[in-house]
Amino acid sequence: MIFRIHPGSGVPIYMQIVQQVTHAIESGALRPGEQLPTIRSLAEDLVTNPNTVAKAYRELEYRDVIELRQGIGAFVRANSPAAGQAEAIQKAHRLLAGAVAAMRRLGLSDAAMRRVFEAELTQDREVPEEVTNRR
Amino acid sequence: MESDQAVMAVHGLRKRLGIVDAVAGLDIAVPHGSICGFLGRNGAGKTTTIKMLMGMMHPDSGGGSIFGESITDKAANVHIRQRVGFVAEVKEFYPFMTVRRMIDFTRAFYPQWQSQWEQRCLKDYELPLEQKAGKLSKGTRSKLALLLAFSRGADLLILDEPTEGLDPVATEVFLEQVVALAAEGRTIFFSSHQLNEVEQVCDRVCLIDQGRTILETDLDELKTRIRKASITFPESVPKGIFDGVEAKGLKVRGRSASLLIDGGREALEARARAAGATSIEFAPVSLKEIFLETVGGRS
Repeated sequence: MIFRIHPGSGVPIYMQIVQQVTHAIESGALRPGEQLPTIRSLAEDLVTNPNTVAKAYRELEYRDVIELRQGIGAFVRANSPAAGQAEAIQKAHRLLAGAVAAMRRLGLSDAAMRRVFEAELTQDREVPEEVTNRR
Repeated sequence: MESDQAVMAVHGLRKRLGIVDAVAGLDIAVPHGSICGFLGRNGAGKTTTIKMLMGMMHPDSGGGSIFGESITDKAANVHIRQRVGFVAEVKEFYPFMTVRRMIDFTRAFYPQWQSQWEQRCLKDYELPLEQKAGKLSKGTRSKLALLLAFSRGADLLILDEPTEGLDPVATEVFLEQVVALAAEGRTIFFSSHQLNEVEQVCDRVCLIDQGRTILETDLDELKTRIRKASITFPESVPKGIFDGVEAKGLKVRGRSASLLIDGGREALEARARAAGATSIEFAPVSLKEIFLETVGGRS
């Protein structure tokens, strides 16, 4: 499993890691019960702060996506909400294909569509209060 | 919790240099294990601050502590220096010593010397061992200074523009090393003008301007809070529509306006809708944009 971060994107790096781990589970690249890289090795791979990786793992644990076992490591939860979404993702592809076709008919460029999509997503990408305050 | 304790903290630090208030009431707290980027324009007071932290300059008022020891107490300063690895803005060595001699010479002073860090830096930076320190290029001087600071086994590293003169490959090596040091539980405080490298490895940022702290926060939190709003109106941007809105970097171009906000998104959205805005978008912002909009526009 290969993660990539984009430091300049404006999205906090820990959130990028949260999104990518979640996506890896949704797509089956990570399966329930499998172990994630240690905080240190992922930090060194990504060349980012170990605290940032730790924060991402805590957030994933809070979302019930992974389980942190003291002194052993991080594991994908058996009943992780991200797992088994392959079908939903297929559906999402079909939904979006329809929306994209409709937007093309409106004469929108790819770049404009991306902006619209990003803007829609930002609406609920906000981190909930209780998450930012929990440290 | 140990990780929440400030390894280094300063309060109300002030220093006048000639007729200039180089540092004019600075507050910084660096938690244990963090990598904190120290940012500001040239002349903002970064180097003066760092000199006061290292006891090389005495503040006019205010003070602070490193590992609980006062930075203004001469006796305590000796203890502080034993636990702090320091890279100065001006990287100077005894010019007649070779790189090898310089390393041997420095090693003798530090019983905690980490030979694995010495080896790692020698290899990663491909340092020319037999060259005289006085003949080294700017980049190579930075590399040698980093080797000497990282190998000392210091718990806190204070680095003044450590990547100065480094090429992109060496800069990446530096960032990897900083991450590895943090993973060992060491705390790193470094000044830099390279916002992309700060953005990549730092979990905290401290931004100063004209000797004052402008921002001091978790980088993630900052990026979650600050948003760039782009608003478009059907005819023109109504006059005074943004009066009283707490925002930075307001730009009006034709029918569109953009501004950086720190919270208050709903209020802005409601105000813009009421004024007939046709499109309102909020996008995440890079550290560079935050920097430019926060300290770039000063007169």
